[in-house]
Amino acid sequence: MTPASFLERTAPFAFTLGLFVFWEAVCQIFGVNPIILPAPSAIVEATVTHWKPLLRHSGATMWTTLAGFAIAVAFGVVLGMIVGWSRAIYRGLYPVMVGFNSIPKVAVVPILVIWFGIGEIPAILTAFLISFFPIVVNVATGLATTEPELEDVLRALGARKLDIILKVGIPRAQPYFYGSLKVAITLAFVGSVVSETIAANSGIGYLMSVAGTNFQMPLVFAGLIALAIEGIAMYALFAFIEMRTTRWAFRSSFAAGG
Amino acid sequence: MTLTYAGASGGGVTAVQGLDLNVERGAFAAVVGPSGCGKSTLMKLATGLVRPTAGRIAVDEAAVEGPVKIAGMAFQNANLLPWRTIRDNVLLPLEIVEPHRRRFRRNKAEYAERADRLLALVGLDGFAERFPWELSGGMQQRTSLCRALIHEPALLMLDEPFAALDAFTREELWCVLRDLWARIGFTVVLVTHDLREAAFLADTVHVMSARPGRIVASRAIDLPRPRELDVCFEPEFVDIVHDLRSRISEVRQ
Repeated sequence: MTPASFLERTAPFAFTLGLFVFWEAVCQIFGVNPIILPAPSAIVEATVTHWKPLLRHSGATMWTTLAGFAIAVAFGVVLGMIVGWSRAIYRGLYPVMVGFNSIPKVAVVPILVIWFGIGEIPAILTAFLISFFPIVVNVATGLATTEPELEDVLRALGARKLDIILKVGIPRAQPYFYGSLKVAITLAFVGSVVSETIAANSGIGYLMSVAGTNFQMPLVFAGLIALAIEGIAMYALFAFIEMRTTRWAFRSSFAAGG
Repeated sequence: MTLTYAGASGGGVTAVQGLDLNVERGAFAAVVGPSGCGKSTLMKLATGLVRPTAGRIAVDEAAVEGPVKIAGMAFQNANLLPWRTIRDNVLLPLEIVEPHRRRFRRNKAEYAERADRLLALVGLDGFAERFPWELSGGMQQRTSLCRALIHEPALLMLDEPFAALDAFTREELWCVLRDLWARIGFTVVLVTHDLREAAFLADTVHVMSARPGRIVASRAIDLPRPRELDVCFEPEFVDIVHDLRSRISEVRQ
């Protein structure tokens, strides 16, 4: 890759800054009612005044998200390997998983609340339920798309299915797996915030819904921005891990072979 | 080494039927034929990946009942693992096949040396630490040949290994294969649709017909060895290629 030019490197910051400047300008010039849309300056003010609860609730959201995500990774990898292992299991489980995945998870939260009560557990479980699917699909795809010729080479040598999975399937599935983590962490985040908004005593979602009922719009938006920052940070972390762990996949195109 | 197939069918379509093929130990046999004539089925039968529905397959006098383990295989695509270095790609079969499998971890250095020697033999000196994507298609195919040979198989099965390469690289690799064969002395079954390749490399060329696949003609190539690439332009060689060509067009009628 050629080194990015100054313009390219600064563009992400310039655009973000520009967006806020534009927002502020619109609010000032048209005198937008702060109940409808608070100006960034008001949001900053709210952030400074309420930094303590903001930080505490951000931490709570982060915790539920990561807990749900961790369960999703463990569960997703195991299920993905089972599904990728055999075509029969793949065919059997696929409709169930697609059906489950297409249920909006908001609809599941009330059930979780009945089962586990209001609090952290529904948030963790919602984060888990919403985020395991892409991990399963990606791990299974990575395992199931091993080149048949390579499999022949190894099988002719007397390799068992387990050998092929260990030597070829798992390394081959890694880029798919790390790629799916990026998607899964953002989904887990959505899941925990949705659950917190509906039924919780802590978390940014809870903070926002309380602030909203009190018409503290700048605080609601401060919560939104805190969410965005957390989301970007976690996405960036997993994108970085992806780059570091599977560098070979970015250099070579799969299946090129020849 | 004897390979005898009386017939086989797969998935409702009879791919190979009444196919008789004998390859002597240490011989270089080529199988040519129109596309879809069951050449790949032949490969899978001989290595025990597919069981015949009728007939008998024997390698080294023993009937093939399952994966033969003594065969090395290479295909049109090099199929190297992109996360492994060239050396580790070549070593892959040793991590699978007995008795190396058990000894592999302890004698890694010894095996690595063996891989490096083999790589040097095909002209890949000093590329052991590189990754597949850093190599050209021809070099990847050389690596694939090394991987097929690292466990010193008695039988090398090649399925159009040079088909995806450009003409010059292909001829270069013919010579690489010729030299490896002359030096190590394994048995080769080369499946190809390149008649010049078959005539240049093989002792015997077998012509297959399509649906159901069977051997319709066998022709011994009695050109003296060692053969140089120039032999391709001699009238004798050209006659052989013409003869093979006419037999294939008969088959295609």
